[in-house]
Amino acid sequence: MAELKMKEELDMNATINTQTEKKDPASGIVQSSKPVFEARDFNLWYGDNHALQNINLTFKENEISAIIGPSGCGKSTFIKSLNRMVELVPVVRTEGDIVYREQNIFDKSLSVEELRTKVGMVFQKPNPFPKSIYDNVAYGARVHGIRKKKVLDQIVEKSLRGAAIWDEVKDRLNANAYGLSGGQQQRICIARALAIEPDVILMDEPTSALDPISTTKIEDLMQELKEKYSIIVVTHNMQQAARISDKTAFFYQGYVVEHDDTKVIFENPKDKRTEDYVSGRFG
Amino acid sequence: MNEYNIREMIQNNKNNKSTKFIEKAVPTILFIITSVSILTTIGILYTLLSETFIFFTRVSFIEFITATEWKAFSSNPSFGIIALIMGTLKIVVIATMVAVPVGLGAAIYLSEYATDRIRRIVKPILEILAGIPTVVYGTFAITFVTPLIREMFPGVSLYNAISPGVVVGIMIVPMIASLSEDAMSSVPGTTREGSLALGATRLETVFKVILPAAASGIIASFVLGISRAIGETMIVSIAAGSTPGADFDLTSSLQTMTGFIVQVTSGDAAFGTDLYYSLYAVGMTLFLFTLIMNLAAQWITKKFKEEY
Amino acid sequence: MQLVDKDQVAKSLGGRQLLNKSMKFLFLLCTLVGLVVLVTLIVDTVLDGWSHLTWDFLTSFSSSRPESAGIYGAIIGSVWLMAVTAPVAIVLSVGTALYLEEYAPKNRITNFITVNISNLAGVPSVVFGLLGLTIFVRQLSLGNSVLAAGLTLALMIMPVIVVAAQEAIRAVPSSVREASTGMGATKWQTVSRIILPAAIPGIITGIILALSRAIGETAPLVVIGVPVSLLVTPNGVFDTFQALPMQIYNWVKMPQEEFQYLTAAGIIILLLILFLMNSVAIYIRNKYSKRF
Repeated sequence: MAELKMKEELDMNATINTQTEKKDPASGIVQSSKPVFEARDFNLWYGDNHALQNINLTFKENEISAIIGPSGCGKSTFIKSLNRMVELVPVVRTEGDIVYREQNIFDKSLSVEELRTKVGMVFQKPNPFPKSIYDNVAYGARVHGIRKKKVLDQIVEKSLRGAAIWDEVKDRLNANAYGLSGGQQQRICIARALAIEPDVILMDEPTSALDPISTTKIEDLMQELKEKYSIIVVTHNMQQAARISDKTAFFYQGYVVEHDDTKVIFENPKDKRTEDYVSGRFG
Repeated sequence: MNEYNIREMIQNNKNNKSTKFIEKAVPTILFIITSVSILTTIGILYTLLSETFIFFTRVSFIEFITATEWKAFSSNPSFGIIALIMGTLKIVVIATMVAVPVGLGAAIYLSEYATDRIRRIVKPILEILAGIPTVVYGTFAITFVTPLIREMFPGVSLYNAISPGVVVGIMIVPMIASLSEDAMSSVPGTTREGSLALGATRLETVFKVILPAAASGIIASFVLGISRAIGETMIVSIAAGSTPGADFDLTSSLQTMTGFIVQVTSGDAAFGTDLYYSLYAVGMTLFLFTLIMNLAAQWITKKFKEEY
Repeated sequence: MQLVDKDQVAKSLGGRQLLNKSMKFLFLLCTLVGLVVLVTLIVDTVLDGWSHLTWDFLTSFSSSRPESAGIYGAIIGSVWLMAVTAPVAIVLSVGTALYLEEYAPKNRITNFITVNISNLAGVPSVVFGLLGLTIFVRQLSLGNSVLAAGLTLALMIMPVIVVAAQEAIRAVPSSVREASTGMGATKWQTVSRIILPAAIPGIITGIILALSRAIGETAPLVVIGVPVSLLVTPNGVFDTFQALPMQIYNWVKMPQEEFQYLTAAGIIILLLILFLMNSVAIYIRNKYSKRF
């Protein structure tokens, strides 16, 4: 625990961006690593297929948590459960709780829209809207009722800077986002998610469709973002998980096999299956 | 530049009443709009059924389906729908004989032989052809095709089945061609290559592999084309004449079901007369014919749907 | 023993190739039939009608004397007609397409609505005319007005636009929809701000093509009883009117030869309008066709 806190402070000092000094009171970040998400005996079925079984997991704030596992293990399903995007599939049924900041996300009092406003998502393939770069980034704010041009301008610039793409696009904010490269598009998508200042950012294999250089840029970006946000990332790339994450959960056939510090998972796993997977024996 | 607290702003906008109201109201509004399509069908059925019902209280149903003469305007009227059906049938048969080979041939060419460039030129032409109003086709039939036919075969009268039949056929060519081409193009390239790689010619591939594989879509296109020909109104009104008859004569004046409806409504059919109600009995018959054809086309497509 | 007689195969190959070549030519001829008809139709019409396309023709009302008959009333009437048909058809069709694609539950009712729409698309236009005559003209007492005819045509072209709009909406990738939903946008916000704008080119193309069908549609107007001769233009949607295709139909039925030239001149105007509409539709389709 103490070690973890030290690491946090170190990272904070290393940050150049002054914006990170302003901590948001609403989410009460900084002091201690409170849990943001907690899955309690969570089960999920696609029709008859029991895709997630008795998931118990806790994610803490200002950490990058990686979820790894072979394809079909339920890692994508799980991350999409966290913002209830999984419900877009009509035959989905769930049991158990997922608690976000002490509130069950399946509770009637929390609307999915509100949840998704606080829990942003970046998808596997870059999926910008067929609109201008500016309109892409301003979209979330507009949807949530912010219309003042001055505010929007500021949000767009801040988010694009936050996603480390401001310098590349500042001269063509009105150009269609589809004209950008894949890596740039993905950073626009990250900027778009940042624009409504979420609390948690879910990333579903965010670099799987990108080239190595773009991947490096996104990974660096994630390290910066974790100062302000909690990040949960699904990845099929074990080196990536080892490079970027603080905690790692290994999913296998719908179960969580092991969840621990990334270091432990990769260097000293307790479970044989984890060891086999991280050493590349299957998957 | 003063910083705005975005989270707070979003939080404040959270309980926007109008957003919530719209979210609830939209599905209902859209459902009401959608139900207009159902109401339209109910309207058509109600219109046709109620007036047809009255017609059959005045004219016996047996006469309607067995008599071979249609003399609606006579002082001693006779209502044998067979005479009008026969007229429609003549047009449909001629149209089919034109449209099926030409449409299928064009579809085969476009799908199997044509280069991309030719396809890009021909398809818009077919679309234009499909968009030409039927009143224009009718004029074309009476001012161009009919004189041409009469020059070749002097025995043909000014109003006949051949000219409107051929023109109706031409009118439905684009429909058959494009639907059949869709069906053939969706046969996977690997199937095609499998045959070609054995040394089969394009032609053999078409007849032994592509056509059987695309059969359901092609036949459905024929059925839809025929349905369109049955319902075609202006070409026959202009070029086929207005003499109903249950004969097989293609060279003299005839009348189709649609032609009769136009003839009655362009004059003054006094409300409440037998003539007025006969309009709906004919309309009902026409509706049934096209409905059966359309359902058949849907059934064929669904039943024999090729899974690739 | 050889199962395949190679000499035989080689011998027959020439004939097979020849058959392939000659049939290819035949198929090409079939394809050219459309082109030939189109060219013949246009040349024939233009030859007949060109000399009658005068300013007087465009600015005069219909008349029983061919030398003074014009098409002004018919053009204005058709514009009025489309002014009613277009908005009604657009609201009905786009609303229906949105409901079916975005909101409708997957159940029997939805399935029934879909089948019903494709059947409506196959109902002959003259039957829609009977619907208009009975419901709009008689029961709602609208008479043979712009409104009655416009509503009839709107119902008639609705299925066409619905199908086009459904295809356009379906072509919007689900990843974009997820992106919007994932930011906490509500269903309607996603639909109205993302899906509809992305689908609009396809929808507009469908609308223009359907309207170009409606503007040339004659049979329902005959059945509704749209007048063939009128010396005024409508002042409102409750007034009666003339329409371009009705005028052409009226002229083509006239026995005097002079009217055949007027028919041709009228057709030129109608076709020009249609080509213009089609070009716009094709332009929009090509411009926006590959965006995702």
